[in-house]
Amino acid sequence: MVAESVRMYVVLAGTWMRAAAQYPASMVMLVVTQAAVTSLDLAAILIIFVHTPRLGGFSLPEVMFLYGTAGVSFSVADILLGTAERLGEHIRQGTLDALLVRPVSPLLQIATEDFSPRRIGKLVPTGAVLVLSLPRLDVHWTPDRIALVPLMVAGGIWIFSALWVLSATWQFAVVDGKQATNSVTYGGGYLTQYPLSIFGRDALRALTWVLPLAFVNWEPALRVLDRPDPLGLPVFFHFASPLVAAVLSLLAALAWRTGLRRYRSTGS
Amino acid sequence: MIEVDDVSKSFTVRRRTGRLRRSRTLVGAVDRISFTVAAGEFVGYLGPNGAGKSTTIKMLTGILTPSSGRVRVGGLDPSRQRTALARRIGVVFGQRTTLWWDLPLRDSLTLIRHLYRVDRSTHRSRLAELTELLDLGAFLDTPVRQLSLGQRMRGDLAAALVHDPELLVLDEPTIGLDVVSKATVRGFLTRLNAEQGTTILLTTHDLGDIERLCRRVMVIDHGRLAYDGSLQDLRATVDADRILIVDLARAAAPIEVDGARVVRTDGPRQWLAIPPAVNAATVVAAVAGRYDVEDIALREPGIEDVITRLYRTGVPI
Repeated sequence: MVAESVRMYVVLAGTWMRAAAQYPASMVMLVVTQAAVTSLDLAAILIIFVHTPRLGGFSLPEVMFLYGTAGVSFSVADILLGTAERLGEHIRQGTLDALLVRPVSPLLQIATEDFSPRRIGKLVPTGAVLVLSLPRLDVHWTPDRIALVPLMVAGGIWIFSALWVLSATWQFAVVDGKQATNSVTYGGGYLTQYPLSIFGRDALRALTWVLPLAFVNWEPALRVLDRPDPLGLPVFFHFASPLVAAVLSLLAALAWRTGLRRYRSTGS
Repeated sequence: MIEVDDVSKSFTVRRRTGRLRRSRTLVGAVDRISFTVAAGEFVGYLGPNGAGKSTTIKMLTGILTPSSGRVRVGGLDPSRQRTALARRIGVVFGQRTTLWWDLPLRDSLTLIRHLYRVDRSTHRSRLAELTELLDLGAFLDTPVRQLSLGQRMRGDLAAALVHDPELLVLDEPTIGLDVVSKATVRGFLTRLNAEQGTTILLTTHDLGDIERLCRRVMVIDHGRLAYDGSLQDLRATVDADRILIVDLARAAAPIEVDGARVVRTDGPRQWLAIPPAVNAATVVAAVAGRYDVEDIALREPGIEDVITRLYRTGVPI
């Protein structure tokens, strides 16, 4: 079932890519623009460090590490599921009906829609920042810390993906809800680029317990960078990202099913 | 192929009645309809706007879940076994395309081939066949957004048939098409039904579709099935007026004759409606005897008249 979905995803994404490849010049330009826009966020961070040596108690390489891990997680999730936010458009234009009469999950069809290498535009600069930050970190590299870096990126991808599907299902209830969806997806991507401690303890609590973006990179990064938890949470939280991701996935799946069932009993 | 047994569908409509208050009303879209369609049939599904045609189609294809009653298509429960059913049916929505705007038609069809897991060689021969029958060759490599409505509809038809479905459901397939495109689509559907035995269910407002294509007609009105049978029987069942067209020698006041009334005049030409209970020959004789007539013609009720009449009166089956 999962293997079949993955296979179908690859086949559909590949077909879209081949279609996009017919316009190579426009594709290259889109990748470059996307990369440039993404790099602006990094420029903002660099400008901050011109004025101050530390941000929320973190050095430049440490902030680059947080930016890089969050950015890579965000970009990969965006590549995989970024177009899920189009659900509302499909409902409004009635094209969800057309997706429903095909033998493949509508989510899979929407997620692969317009799949094109331009989505890689975000991944290149954020990946570069992550790689550049690693040798500059003042960290004693123990095996658990080394293992935690790829795991936190994977966990982040998973959490972002689940959150995106979850926030897209909001559009089953409010068809024009794309803005709200984006505030979760892009807002989340933006917040996690910074050390969450700079937003204050209340925000940190909310980002741990309500919208658990702290598990994208903040919690595991505390362990990698050997920092005390400002909220004094147990060590277990450093490794809790997969669990949080699993719970979010479950919620997302439930919300998606409920939304689809309600759609199918109310019509358009 | 299709079994619909006592099926109803109602929607909850929320209306704003105050600043915050909302009232909920239950609106029935389809009201306890039953019918069956055998494999190989070509059925027209007819009704005015809002009568419940699209709702029925959506229940048959698994897009909507019925409020009550039982639906089976090819032995499957559409709303529960939507994905399994999708492999066996093709659906065309005339009002909106199922193709992707920015992709050339050929790429859209390739994507659909993957969705239905049709293997490459089967697809190649199928595509060649569809290209020939629907005359797609000229625009196969054009992005869908640049296609004319008629071309797009032919593309949509091809898209619905990539996986060679047993049942083809068409929701207003000729809407907005010009005469030539209509003829191409109708000719194609006739061949598909006759040569491949594909069961076809088609909703339409275009009575020409029904007259040229369908051996059987179902009429839905206000959510209820108002008629189910052949076109000839429909004509016989519904009492529609015949129209007598009289050309007088010169323009005159409306003709006064027992049993008929003038419904329209245009210079020396007048149209008289003759109810079914009245003998047309008597009317003709009376008119010819009393007026200076140049020419006279009697028109049987057209399918339009029959349907209009049916909508108004709702003749039971």
